[in-house]
Amino acid sequence: MATAIFTPTTREEGLIQELGYDDHFHEHHHGDKYQSNFVSHYIFSMDHKMIAKQFLITGMMWAIIGGLMSLVFRMQLGFPEESLAWLKPVLGKWISVNADGIGTLQEDFYYALVTMHGTILVFFVLTAGLSGTFSNMLIPLMIGARDMASPLLNMLSYWFFFLSGLVMFSSLFLSTGPFAGGWVAYPPLSALPEAMDGSKAGMTLWTISLVFFVVSQLLGGVNYITTVLNLRTKGMTMWRLPLPIWAFFVTAIIGLLSFPVLVSAFFLLMLDRGIGTSFYLSDIYIGGQALDHVGGSPILYQHLFWFLGHPEVYIIILPAMGIVSEVLSVNARKPIFGYKAMVFSILAIAFLSFIVWAHHMFMSGVNPFIANFFVIFTLIIAVPSAVKVFNWIATLYGGSIRFNPASLFAIGFVSMFISGGLTGIWLGNSTLDIQLHDTYFVVAHFHIVMGVAAFFGMYSGVYHWFPKMYGRFMNETLGKFHFWGTLIGAYCVFWPMHYLGMAGVPRRYFRFDTFETFMHFAELNKFITIAAIITFGFQILFVINFFYSIWKGRKLTTMNPYKANTLEWTTPIETGHGNWPGKLPTVQRWSYDYGKDGRDFITQVEPIGENESAEH
Amino acid sequence: MDTTIKKDMGAVTRHNKIHPKKLVLWVSIVSLVMMFTALTSAYIVRRAAGNWLEFSIPTIFYVNTLVIAASSITLHAAYAAFKREAAGAYKGLLSLSFLLGSAFVVLQLLGWEEMAAQGLDIKINPSTSFVYALSGLHAAHVLGGIAAMAVALVIAFSQKLKRTPARQLRLELTLTYWHFVDILWIYLIIFLSLQR
Repeated sequence: MATAIFTPTTREEGLIQELGYDDHFHEHHHGDKYQSNFVSHYIFSMDHKMIAKQFLITGMMWAIIGGLMSLVFRMQLGFPEESLAWLKPVLGKWISVNADGIGTLQEDFYYALVTMHGTILVFFVLTAGLSGTFSNMLIPLMIGARDMASPLLNMLSYWFFFLSGLVMFSSLFLSTGPFAGGWVAYPPLSALPEAMDGSKAGMTLWTISLVFFVVSQLLGGVNYITTVLNLRTKGMTMWRLPLPIWAFFVTAIIGLLSFPVLVSAFFLLMLDRGIGTSFYLSDIYIGGQALDHVGGSPILYQHLFWFLGHPEVYIIILPAMGIVSEVLSVNARKPIFGYKAMVFSILAIAFLSFIVWAHHMFMSGVNPFIANFFVIFTLIIAVPSAVKVFNWIATLYGGSIRFNPASLFAIGFVSMFISGGLTGIWLGNSTLDIQLHDTYFVVAHFHIVMGVAAFFGMYSGVYHWFPKMYGRFMNETLGKFHFWGTLIGAYCVFWPMHYLGMAGVPRRYFRFDTFETFMHFAELNKFITIAAIITFGFQILFVINFFYSIWKGRKLTTMNPYKANTLEWTTPIETGHGNWPGKLPTVQRWSYDYGKDGRDFITQVEPIGENESAEH
Repeated sequence: MDTTIKKDMGAVTRHNKIHPKKLVLWVSIVSLVMMFTALTSAYIVRRAAGNWLEFSIPTIFYVNTLVIAASSITLHAAYAAFKREAAGAYKGLLSLSFLLGSAFVVLQLLGWEEMAAQGLDIKINPSTSFVYALSGLHAAHVLGGIAAMAVALVIAFSQKLKRTPARQLRLELTLTYWHFVDILWIYLIIFLSLQR
């Protein structure tokens, strides 16, 4: 029996052996079933660590596809006169080449690219790639569980995500092109196949893909919630949970409450498209012909969509916040400042996220009195957000900070979150929003606060937990290049967009050089495009570093390389199925005892000493 | 999930009040509630906007409420019989619940036909579209419950009745879900009759 053969090699393993909880896990021969066969190990795996890697690598592939799309439309915006004929081998008929050999991007396809970029990045990369990866990887390891509550549902969660991606990817190859009505898919454009080419089969596949995606999210979310509530090891009370777990837990709850509403919105949209009902459609003329849709309201869709859409941005950012809290604390060698305030601010943000959705609709004809309500709650979100920012900075203050790629990206996250958060206060005011809505100011705001910041949280997590995933380190020098390139590059891309937006440059336009008003921004648009290409190059550096390090990176030689307190670092370097080779650890203390009583760190498995001070 | 893992989870969660699978079901029910809340909220918002065709919902829908409520009661009685290990009563009551559940779906279809016969088809106005959409989506969830009962029936008639924890858990999950779709329909019928 494994339990009997197992001999502890470190102090932590000794403590687990001595104080741990014997669940007789290793007395069953299920190891074979999970680990030995190639298909069950790498493909239809039910092990949470393998599923996490599947989410991560799939997310990375989507990030590359989505990023490349943004480069194509940035080239169109920055260099509208240049020939794009060299892209013809890839984009085919979407590049039309004239008699002089000058290739131009098809206008319809420009919108398709913008739409796909948004959909892919929001859902596939920053939702599935971020929370799918780290919730799966860290929840069982950090709470002391053998695996998720239901490994089967967990596996299905990944494969529904894969299926969803497959459907979306296939829509890129339709002769009418993928969906092109914006990632929010507002009707009437999305509801009427005759409205434009992108609304034909492209929209159908887009909807099917997202329904599969929601199924994946719900299967995952149900599992995360159940695992956190039910499978915490002995002694792991909610107030001892590391902050990433709190963040993943609350994220799952938000997803579970908001994604079904998106399904409802899509359900009615599908009836409008397929059966000819008029939930969202009324009095529409196409080509001078009145359609027989009467009595619907497109605003209804917007309400339903943003009831998901706004919580969705917190589904993206909360996991990043949790990761950053942990990475900052470990690398500053200090307990996280204001642990309970961090938890309560996560809960407050989650609660508020459900009552602010109409701030996306100030320009859709929402009653100004109702708008006031949404303005106030939107601005109140600044309070828990500021609490978090204050606590991160206070955690860093006076710490002996290790500057490695993980901690740099965590600090970069705080920078991005502040920059993007401040413009959120502008946009949250309905009076200002009327001027700034649908301009590049909005593009700059959400890319910094949600896109780039969430990417920084994700990178921080990947660099930090890469040794736990693959038993090797990523290259630190390349990581630092990646960080500085991305930080400076991202600010170069998005900072100037604020000025464009304040000058009234509208978003989603195909070109600006034909407008007298916006012509003088041509150089700035070129600058943004060049910065975007360079920044993308630095992400390729990350991808190379990632795959190179899986096979050739510096090997992990100790179980706890960062001298961290949390349970995942008490598992062996090669973590097998069931995570702990012997007993399950029991938890004796909270996860942030750094620098306590003159000791650098005290792991969670170590009992409170006799002379130890009681407070954190 | 294979049995060994299940045993392991049992060991870890013995001190917990609720079985993980039950928690999974309850959490899923919460998300289904959100889905229907969204649709009924959309109904209220849309109705307030005017251009709304008023009509009375088919009587079959009211009768059907009794059918599904009855099936909930019989399934609960079947569960009680299972716990007593009364094989005959269990098989009979489970079959009855299955038949009542199936009858519910058929009667809903007849309700739709009654509406269509009055010219109230799904396209005529959002007020009729909503009735079809809500009852259709509900019926889809009822079908899921019927499928679970069908599995229970196959096991009931092919295996000897033994009150094992695994079988009891499965039956309890089916029962909870069935009560949920029952209560959901009662909510929908009350909502639809009060909203007009």
